[in-house]
Amino acid sequence: MPVEIPLDKWPGTVRTITLGATAADGGTRSHTITVGGEKTLPYMHFEGEMPNRPVVAIEIRDRRPEDWSPLLLQTWVDVADDPGLWAKAAEQAGADLIEIMLSATDKDGQPNTPEAAVAAVKAVLKATGLPVLVFGPGQAELDNTLLVAVAEATKGERLVLGICEDKNYRTIVATAMANGHLVSARTPMDVNLSKQLNILITDMGLPPDRVLMDPTTGALGYGIEYGYSVMERLRLAALQGDAMTQFPMIVTPGFEAWKTKESKVGQGVPEAWGDWQNRAINWEVLTAATLLESGADIVVVRHPESLRQVKAAIEELMGALPAR
Amino acid sequence: MALSGIQIYKLLPQTNCKECGFPTCLAFAMKLAAKQVELAACPYVSEESKTQLAESSAPPIRLITLKSDGHEVKAGNEVVLFRHEKTFYNRPGLFVKFKDSQPVEEIKSALTPAEAYTVNYVGINLTLDGFAIESTSGDAAKFAAAVSAARSVSRRPFVLMSNDANVMSAGLKALDGDTPMIYAATSSNWEAMAELSKQYRAPLAVSSESLDELAELTEKIKAKGVEDLILDPVSQGLSPALSKATQIRRLALKKNYKPLGYPMIAFPENPASAAQALAKYAGFIVLDHFAKELVYPLLVLRQNIYTDPQKPIQVQPGIYEINAPKAEDPILVTTNFSITYFSVANEVESSGLPAWLLVTDAEGMSVLTAWAAGKFDAERIAKSVKTFNVAEKVTRKRLVLPGAVAVISGEVEGELPDWEIRVGPREAVDIPKFMKQAL
Repeated sequence: MPVEIPLDKWPGTVRTITLGATAADGGTRSHTITVGGEKTLPYMHFEGEMPNRPVVAIEIRDRRPEDWSPLLLQTWVDVADDPGLWAKAAEQAGADLIEIMLSATDKDGQPNTPEAAVAAVKAVLKATGLPVLVFGPGQAELDNTLLVAVAEATKGERLVLGICEDKNYRTIVATAMANGHLVSARTPMDVNLSKQLNILITDMGLPPDRVLMDPTTGALGYGIEYGYSVMERLRLAALQGDAMTQFPMIVTPGFEAWKTKESKVGQGVPEAWGDWQNRAINWEVLTAATLLESGADIVVVRHPESLRQVKAAIEELMGALPAR
Repeated sequence: MALSGIQIYKLLPQTNCKECGFPTCLAFAMKLAAKQVELAACPYVSEESKTQLAESSAPPIRLITLKSDGHEVKAGNEVVLFRHEKTFYNRPGLFVKFKDSQPVEEIKSALTPAEAYTVNYVGINLTLDGFAIESTSGDAAKFAAAVSAARSVSRRPFVLMSNDANVMSAGLKALDGDTPMIYAATSSNWEAMAELSKQYRAPLAVSSESLDELAELTEKIKAKGVEDLILDPVSQGLSPALSKATQIRRLALKKNYKPLGYPMIAFPENPASAAQALAKYAGFIVLDHFAKELVYPLLVLRQNIYTDPQKPIQVQPGIYEINAPKAEDPILVTTNFSITYFSVANEVESSGLPAWLLVTDAEGMSVLTAWAAGKFDAERIAKSVKTFNVAEKVTRKRLVLPGAVAVISGEVEGELPDWEIRVGPREAVDIPKFMKQAL
């Protein structure tokens, strides 16, 4: 009994965006990574094209993040004091991209400086040939100081600069334009705020093929359903032809999942939570996997085992048979 | 195609007899159109109208219920493809599988902790929904013994798994009186399985890798008088599983395609495929082993995905202790929207500083939304202070308001004249700094 499968017709396409630049294009990356280009909902290969597989970045820091879960610090114990070594280790673990997040202060509690930020990013670029994302500490003024210096010192690399939000987008977009970089536009889990920031950014003249959007998410158990539905709605809008939502989506499940007590803490928690290490990794993997289902093009994780599982899931979603 | 309320009304007796429980035939017709009642509630509808209405009055995805001893697991009756369009209704049942090749004592001891498992998430106690017993031995007596052993430990609904009708029959006998799921009918055994389904009134899972064959099988089984079916679109890997689950859901909802208008069962092999099954349309999920560190996040993900987007998860209003506060420590005020609560509680906890957290009943809204809606004002905050006897817990009466509602600090001072009212930061992330420097 032949079943006629209903196909949705989508007039819109997600923009294709290339991260990183090789020597031929004025950068130093060994290769570039291209995301986006979807003509249908996530992984609906029977209906339309999804030409580029989603990719996974590993988040590293410019200095040992003392507030991270001991599970993560143990994993990266030999490299956490050196961003170059850390980037190298992340690449060896299978990362597609490296996201370095700059700290607000140095290890003595003094504010981070542009010189130190540039040195850290340069060390990463030297250690790995992967495309790199550079995120500021998340305080608009300090982000501007650090990211402008980094952008100027790495001209032509097609780095992704973040976080570019309503408070500081002018500075970040201007320096991205002047120095050949991309921006990651973050808004707090709201379809209209996302669109609005994308409009403001492209109105400044940054070509739309240099914008990623970060709709923000919550971790599993801490608001993931909001991020999940906002992403589904953004992707539906993009496919329906709304140009200001047609950007590839980046989300940071590692950052969110490892903030939760479930991942961070091993002692004094309910016995029903089970083994700490496996629970923490499941928390990160389930958060990332769920967001991939709702349309993420780039997910940023922290643990190498999560990276392995999420990459395997992406391979399967793109059509590979499950590994046995 | 679904009929409108008026179209349905024309097919009803139009006598307004009220025996259906509604005041008029029109009111009943409207409820039918909204798929909120069954046509069977009308005792006088003509056979002709029945046939015409059957198609439109049945929900596009049939509701299937597994039952045993007061426990119930429901799947089906879903109406949307994306949760933001309305909501997902019936949280998929989470089952753990055991095999009859294990000695019965081993089954019992492995099942016991899974049966007893309960975990608290935002004040709700979550458990597994039932267990699956799979015949890998192919031996009817062994299967019956395994099912009985499992039943001696758990009263929850079961999924019985065997492709051999004789083996299945032995298992069903061991569960007489319950409503388990029979897994599964295939192209080679469907007649015998349909007989068992009828005899034991047990819903029947239908299994095939091809949607064409699946539709053909459900129609044949339905013609035998069995309508409580579950679909198993056997899939190797995440991509075919997602494609088929989406196609089945689309056919049911968009085309009202009856041969595939049933809930689905999934057998995820790893955390990512379990997440996919939860988000993408499974009605029953069978895990191949019990591990707390996976069951807990899956139960949480299920709560999250099946939260009604119109009714956010709320936290119980009250006074919460963070980092073991003492009588001189400050009281931070926030609302009972779960995300607001978690953001604030997480930041306070990570600051390492002790504090009381006064969660005010703001009808589950975030600080600014609740303030704008008049659900988070001086009066409500003062009422919470009194209701939860906050004054008895502290020696220093110090209340910190969220920075976003700094404007109401004067009014709060008016309501609580013997309290020191402070204004905190606008964003939760700035709370630790504020606590260290300003408190």
